[in-house]
Amino acid sequence: MALMTPGKAGQTAGEITAAQLTTSKRDVAGIVMLVALLFTLISTLLILFVLIGRVVRDAMPVVTGEGTAFLTNTIGSNPATTGIWPGLYGSFFIGVGVVVLTIPIGVGAAIYLEEYAKPNFVTNFLLVNIRNLAGVPSVIYGVLGLIIFVGWLKPITGGSSVISAALTMAVLVLPIVIITAMEAIRSVPEGLRDAGFGVGSSRWEVTRDHVLPYAAPGILTGVVLSLARALGEAAPLIMLGAVTGLLPSPSLDGRFTAIPMLIYNWSGRPDVPGEEIGWTNAAAAAGLVLLLLVLTFNAFAIYLRNRFEKTRVGQ
Amino acid sequence: MLTIQDLQGNRKQANRERLMRKLFGLAAILSIAISLLILYVLVDGAINFMVSIDWDWSLFRDTGWFPRRERFDLQTIITGSIIMGTVAMFVAVPFGLGTAIYLSEYASRRVRSVVKPVIEVLAGIPSVIVGFFALKVIAPDFVDPIFDPTTSRNMLVAGLGIGILVIPIMASLSEDALSAVPGSLREASYGVGAKRVTTVTKVVIPAAVSGLVAAFIISVSRAIGETMVATMAGGFDGSGPYTGWNVLKPGLTMTAAMTNAAGGTDAVKAGPAFDVLFFVGLLLFLITLGLNSIGAVFVNRVRQKY
Repeated sequence: MALMTPGKAGQTAGEITAAQLTTSKRDVAGIVMLVALLFTLISTLLILFVLIGRVVRDAMPVVTGEGTAFLTNTIGSNPATTGIWPGLYGSFFIGVGVVVLTIPIGVGAAIYLEEYAKPNFVTNFLLVNIRNLAGVPSVIYGVLGLIIFVGWLKPITGGSSVISAALTMAVLVLPIVIITAMEAIRSVPEGLRDAGFGVGSSRWEVTRDHVLPYAAPGILTGVVLSLARALGEAAPLIMLGAVTGLLPSPSLDGRFTAIPMLIYNWSGRPDVPGEEIGWTNAAAAAGLVLLLLVLTFNAFAIYLRNRFEKTRVGQ
Repeated sequence: MLTIQDLQGNRKQANRERLMRKLFGLAAILSIAISLLILYVLVDGAINFMVSIDWDWSLFRDTGWFPRRERFDLQTIITGSIIMGTVAMFVAVPFGLGTAIYLSEYASRRVRSVVKPVIEVLAGIPSVIVGFFALKVIAPDFVDPIFDPTTSRNMLVAGLGIGILVIPIMASLSEDALSAVPGSLREASYGVGAKRVTTVTKVVIPAAVSGLVAAFIISVSRAIGETMVATMAGGFDGSGPYTGWNVLKPGLTMTAAMTNAAGGTDAVKAGPAFDVLFFVGLLLFLITLGLNSIGAVFVNRVRQKY
């Protein structure tokens, strides 16, 4: 565009071009754009840091006042002595259930879709369906769990229990596990498979001995990210009827709660003015525990993926 | 000598192959079963609801949401979802898109390698913690002093919180769309003497527009499906009158109506006041499914183009 501006009479084309290329005019639009973009980027990062900073700050009175007793105490009616033990118990077994259920089912489905299925109408329908499931709001998975696991399967799950919650969360993250496992399997070079088939291996043998070991870090990344998501979800817990009151001895098939449910409930309780430790502080401390868990898993997954990508360069 | 039997493998191998194929196929088909169960549960519950309240359209043109008095005003929850979703997109679009453009077009490799993981960490923050942040920071420190609303829990506070949750989704989907634009287009633009700002606004963004529209639509779907922030900060506890379009008033989203029916302070475990959650759930499911499907159409358009 700039090259089209007519030059003054007497200049040669070469002079015009040289003048245009070495123009000293400030690129105002460019600077405005850059400043605006930097502003959005820095604001986004700032929101993240303020959010984490405020959770840490509000949690401090509990960390210094109550310390590790906050982790081992049961839920109480006084914010200064309440603990999250039943929540930790619930969240731990939800996490275990999600890992145990989604790895075989999610990876199995991914192997089928990537290694076995022919590209036809049925396969395409399966893929579209899995992508749609990944976009279903978590609260709707809560409704599913409420009817299927809490209602129909009550004899097995014990109704509104940790088992029901773990099953619901596993169903919720299953599409994510399938999609990430499929991506990991797709990244396996075709030559590895051909070499296996060439020496007479069956498809399952090739998958077991070559494809899965190669794709393992990618699959693990997806599982860890899904685990973090399952631990942080609160909406399905409300739908399943997680309790927020006293829960002296948590069990797998009895009434249950989990950390996000406690944060939700405690955030809504009013603080008594002048109190050293209020419900805000208790909620923030529970939030800090959840953040530490979720962010550790996330950081681990991101590290795993980056390392995985780096070692594959040049292949 | 190699015989045809050797090449066919042994029977044990073939049997195991068939078994594994069936097992994996079963795992894949489970996803269809999950979809069908979701649909069945929602439709069955919604029909129960419609039968039990003696279905009549006038019920939905009432002036508030009073589940216990069998007053279900769809206007209330749809307006609430639209307002909070709109506020959220006013936050998520500039910050998400700006971050994406910076990362894709301006950032050096080093900056990107630091900033991208940080954005991913933001994406991993649980919504209940953003809900806490909305209640304890956004409301008292920002919205209350500036707008002085009648209640500190209102649709603006909840919308801002939902926006924070949607920023990383908008950012990562937009960045995917921008980096799908081939480098040759940028080089051609620089080759005819265009500046970077011209290249970005006149070449890269128009070329990526399908992907950006997809990012926007999928982000809207996420904003509408967000539950915890809307429940915690929306300020509409269980039941109340229709609050209109005023963003500084409390409001009820479809999602918050569902959590209130199932486990809020007003919870009743049976009857229409409970069953309404299936009806609202079906509505929410269809809306998000529709938005996600439209988004997928735009994503496919990008795939075909480049």
